[in-house]
Amino acid sequence: MIVVVNAFLGLPPVVVGLALYMLLSRSGLLGGLGLLFSPGAMVLAQALLAIPIVTALVHSASIELWAEFGGALLIDGATRPRALPHLLAMGRTRLVTAVLAGFGRTISEVGAILMVGGNIAGYTRTMTTAIVLETSKGNLSLALGLGFVLIGISIVVSATIFALGMRGGRLW
Amino acid sequence: MVKGTLGATILSGLVAMGAVPALSAERITLASTTSVDNSGLLGHILLEFTRQTGISVHVLAQGTGQALATAARGDADLVLVHDPEAEAEFIAQGHGTDRRQIAWNDFVVVGPRADPAHISGVHDPVAAFTAVAAARAPFVSRGDKSGTDALEHRLWRASGIDPTKIGDGSWYRDIGGGMGAALNIASSVGAYTLSDRGTWLSFGNKGDLSVLVEGDPRLLNRYDVILLDPAKHPEAKQGPARRLADWLVSTEGQTAIGAYEMNGEQLFHPSAAAPK
Repeated sequence: MIVVVNAFLGLPPVVVGLALYMLLSRSGLLGGLGLLFSPGAMVLAQALLAIPIVTALVHSASIELWAEFGGALLIDGATRPRALPHLLAMGRTRLVTAVLAGFGRTISEVGAILMVGGNIAGYTRTMTTAIVLETSKGNLSLALGLGFVLIGISIVVSATIFALGMRGGRLW
Repeated sequence: MVKGTLGATILSGLVAMGAVPALSAERITLASTTSVDNSGLLGHILLEFTRQTGISVHVLAQGTGQALATAARGDADLVLVHDPEAEAEFIAQGHGTDRRQIAWNDFVVVGPRADPAHISGVHDPVAAFTAVAAARAPFVSRGDKSGTDALEHRLWRASGIDPTKIGDGSWYRDIGGGMGAALNIASSVGAYTLSDRGTWLSFGNKGDLSVLVEGDPRLLNRYDVILLDPAKHPEAKQGPARRLADWLVSTEGQTAIGAYEMNGEQLFHPSAAAPK
């Protein structure tokens, strides 16, 4: 299981995009869903790209935490299910990092969502695909402006997640 | 058919669970070219169409080759493209039906003002291409099977030149990208390229580029709307798609196309009544 997850860590977004495109196309296996060129297809692509990263990071953090504190928690009388929340609370720094890594991959993604979303105005156009479009129209300053807004959003969201994650162990 | 039924079953399940919003019947997908979308034409006229009919149109701005391939796979309800040869093949394969011309404009050869190949004022695009090849002056090719790319290759064939075999071929740059990408590169390296007039006029990063060759009949650029053949594509939304195609060639649609201007210049000339 974890071998598969690790193998998917370096999954190229365009390949995910192409595979989903062929799967969701009307002439593809899941064509009947009518999902191609819809936000649903983009969410699917993003999930496929982010899940391996988040899973791998959480997995490695859990293994280390268990090695360090697992024995102590069990000696204190906790059952395995009851030990879990305490363990995760202690490892929240690393869990936050995992969430941020997943967020970073999805907010910067353009290749896969361009293929399966189709960059339809007002429907499947995102900040990143709008930047690609405006660059192709020669509106370089608008494209750059959008880029700064995207970076701003990314910083604000990351900082918020980080702050929330750090605030008190009881949060988890 | 089994595939379709399975998909429909899964879909109805997802809709029931609220995972997927029920698809509105009055929403169609138009596979089209970057030239009519990036120039702002479709955004302008489809607003009017949606207001009159309540049908919303999702535009996929792709090259002609990609747009036809998308429709052939069943992922669009109609196409609006500009490559007569590729369109004829699309119809011959049974994918499309009822092709109608909606508008025309023209292609132009653009290049740096310094004009190292001295093609400014030449009317014959084939002679101009020959001069560019003789000078080994940088030339950007789309290389993406779009309508513009198809015309470029027809012009090279007419000149009897295989540009990849002239010199070491490095002056001829196949970028595999859209019109905007080609113009961006031509503008930054001072290269020649072939562009449709709509994209050229609305392009915001012209830099040192200017129009050098124009006005030849071979540079005519025709836009056709094609419906999908229901026999081969029963999933296409025939009703609303036909309403859009009919509207584009109607007096109202044609007036809307003719009224679209950029910096005081008309980008597309309506031609449904008298196809070029």
